[in-house]
Amino acid sequence: MKTIAIAGNPNSGKSCIFNNLTGSRQRVGNYAGVTVEFTEGTCQINDEKVKIIDLPGTYSLTAYSQEEVVSRDFIVKEKPDALMIVVDASNLERNLYFTIQLIELGVPVVIALNMVDVAEKKGFTIDTVLLSKLLGVEVVPTVAFKKEGMEELKRACLKVTKSRITPKDLTYSHELEGSLEPIIEELEKHPEFTKEYPTDWVAVKLFEEDKEVLEKLAAYENKAAIETSIELGKKFLKKHSDESPKTAVAEARYAIANGINKEVTKRNELGQRILTGKIDSFVCHRFLGWAILVGVIYALFWLSFQISGEWNWIPPIIGDEWVSPMGFVELIFENIATWASEASWMGDTMKSLFVDGIIGGVGGVLGFAPLIFFIFLFISALEDSGYIARIAFILDRVLRVFGLQGKSILALIVSGGVAGGCAVPGIMATRTLREEKDRLVTIMVAPMMNCGAKMPVYAMLIAAFFAKHEAGMMVLLMVLSWGFALISALILRKFVIKGEQTPFVMELPIYHVPTIRGVLHHTWGRTWSYIKKAGTLLLAISIVMWALMTYPKTEVDPTLDENAASQVELRNTVAGKIGTTIEPVTQIAGFDWRDNIALIGGLAAKEVVVGTLGVAYSMGDVDPEESETLATRVQEEWSKPDADGKNRGPLKAFAMIIFVMLYAPCVATLAVIKKETGSWKWTLFSTGYSTALGFVVAVLIYQIGAFLI
Amino acid sequence: MTLDKVTQGQTATIVRINGDGAIHQRLLDMGITKGTEVYIERYAPLKDPIHITVKGYSLALRIAEAKMIEVTA
Ligand SMILES: Nc1nc2c(ncn2[C@@H]2O[C@H](COP(=O)(O)OP(=O)(O)O)[C@@H](O)[C@H]2O)c(=O)[nH]1
Repeated sequence: MKTIAIAGNPNSGKSCIFNNLTGSRQRVGNYAGVTVEFTEGTCQINDEKVKIIDLPGTYSLTAYSQEEVVSRDFIVKEKPDALMIVVDASNLERNLYFTIQLIELGVPVVIALNMVDVAEKKGFTIDTVLLSKLLGVEVVPTVAFKKEGMEELKRACLKVTKSRITPKDLTYSHELEGSLEPIIEELEKHPEFTKEYPTDWVAVKLFEEDKEVLEKLAAYENKAAIETSIELGKKFLKKHSDESPKTAVAEARYAIANGINKEVTKRNELGQRILTGKIDSFVCHRFLGWAILVGVIYALFWLSFQISGEWNWIPPIIGDEWVSPMGFVELIFENIATWASEASWMGDTMKSLFVDGIIGGVGGVLGFAPLIFFIFLFISALEDSGYIARIAFILDRVLRVFGLQGKSILALIVSGGVAGGCAVPGIMATRTLREEKDRLVTIMVAPMMNCGAKMPVYAMLIAAFFAKHEAGMMVLLMVLSWGFALISALILRKFVIKGEQTPFVMELPIYHVPTIRGVLHHTWGRTWSYIKKAGTLLLAISIVMWALMTYPKTEVDPTLDENAASQVELRNTVAGKIGTTIEPVTQIAGFDWRDNIALIGGLAAKEVVVGTLGVAYSMGDVDPEESETLATRVQEEWSKPDADGKNRGPLKAFAMIIFVMLYAPCVATLAVIKKETGSWKWTLFSTGYSTALGFVVAVLIYQIGAFLI
Repeated sequence: MTLDKVTQGQTATIVRINGDGAIHQRLLDMGITKGTEVYIERYAPLKDPIHITVKGYSLALRIAEAKMIEVTA
């Protein structure tokens, strides 16, 4: 099968074109050994099936970023039959600069000159015939979001894969050509060194001191002669210009891009100051900007919650009432549970496994799928519109103090920075962060925010001990979770994920009305990967958790009532034993074996803590939504004075709240962390350090508090 | 003069970029090259980063990066 790779600057409309060409015939993969993702699809051109690879969107092909290295390695090593470059016509010069670097790689090229509609609005037209002649490549004008030019694009690609005509050799400035000459001459004597890459390209890269190519040179046995030629080249440059080699190369490329741009672009006076500038003067305004920011984020949450959980707009397919999407998922699982508990062919153990283990675990996680879908829908829309870049612009100054950057904010807010979010879509939202370290730190601290599943635990404990200060407590918890997340970010950045701050040089793309197709495509992809995880990894973990909390079984005194009996049973299970074993340690924070079991259960999903506490305090299984009786019971139990006559109940409750806020992320979040970081090491680290932090803080609260009262 | 000294609504011409390494390369790649005109659109609400127009598109960069860019008015 023939292969076509697509390259282009970010925001050039690359994904849009890729989706147009491949439709739903796509799959996502990772390049070997790195976390950079690629999407691969197929496309029918006439009667040929062609493989299409979407390379990461980048601005250059240096060795400074993984994406750029991956792109150039792919093009050179995998040798696609054609390389399609998506060029933003409304931003021609910078896009041509990138195009020139791709052309240097010496593969057959087709240019999709996209966004010609935007260029026209800005007041210029581009002579595609001339552009094609100057570069020696096929140029096809397109408007990707309207699918204009797609057929022509396919035909041009097919033509190029057949003819395999490579673009013209580009001529750089006199100084650069003179500097490269000795290097190229020398390299031609070393075919075994340049066998993978085009000789001219290697010469340019050696000259501009590309890290990767220099490393290759260092490992090459006859390097001395080449090194001498590089020195000769640098001397030549020094004689003719006072620039560094790196600057000279970039400037030479820009000189070509600038020249071509001037030749092919016709400006007409009608050009309007496009809408983007006007919108920005509101959106980035000193005062208005903040109001709009708060409004947009509030709307994002409000709408997501209403549509997924409050508005009953799903017709009565099951049952006889209109329900919300989350209600619908719940209903499905309720029905399955009812059916299972009535199925006489199942033994008790199997029923318990099915109802408590599988449906309790997987059902609980899938119940969030509609919410995740809608939060993500709105984030994708914001991303495609260009607003996310403005959020980053406004907030960068604040987040930088903590070693994060502007774009981290979205992930933190979605994870629960506004009470009720969820870390799963939050961590997925870090994909808009191009800087690897900033992204990693954001992923590590996002689970500390107050997600929706922690709410029932807070609600129960607040009702039990702080009922008078409910609102104040919620505000305090929100402030604390931000505080812990940001300070952790600062600490992680200082000691664990070290290194200087990555430069923040970010394009502010022009605003677009997001297309429904594009947004749905994005959203569905991510929701589906969440559902798949729930069906595989989470299923396994739910069964393990269930087993831990069920086995070994004990014979209970038949005179005990049902709730007391389940308490005894729970105590003797593996989870109960773990809870009892670690009691001497957890006692420092005030947690006894019953609390420990509940917290272990909370690893599956935080709201499970409430239900398990119910069983542990022999209240039976408590519905997290209706926990008043449990609150009363916990209040009585924890308020019993200690040996020294002190009532440590409220302290213990507060320590528990903070512990639940901070300790290990739930398994759904862990699964996403694994997927997004591509590393078990970071997944384990996230678990370990957050649990440690949670415990230390809980101990401090409990001990210092007890000292004070 | 460096770019961070230019006020909102002014245009300046780039003379050179100081510094080295990844940041330097990144600025070059984004079109911050000698002789290019930049227009200061606005400063962010907290005065950092800066929103500039260069080569017909919009770019945001931090004051720290702007300090590396020498310009003439
Ligand atoms: N006006 C206009 N908008 C486009 C065109 N192509 C794509 N877009 C929009 O530009 C935005 C960014 O496109 P996307 O494909 O996500 O860019 P990528 O970052 O290169 O993958 C989306 O909102 C698209 O709908 C086009 O030809 N004209």
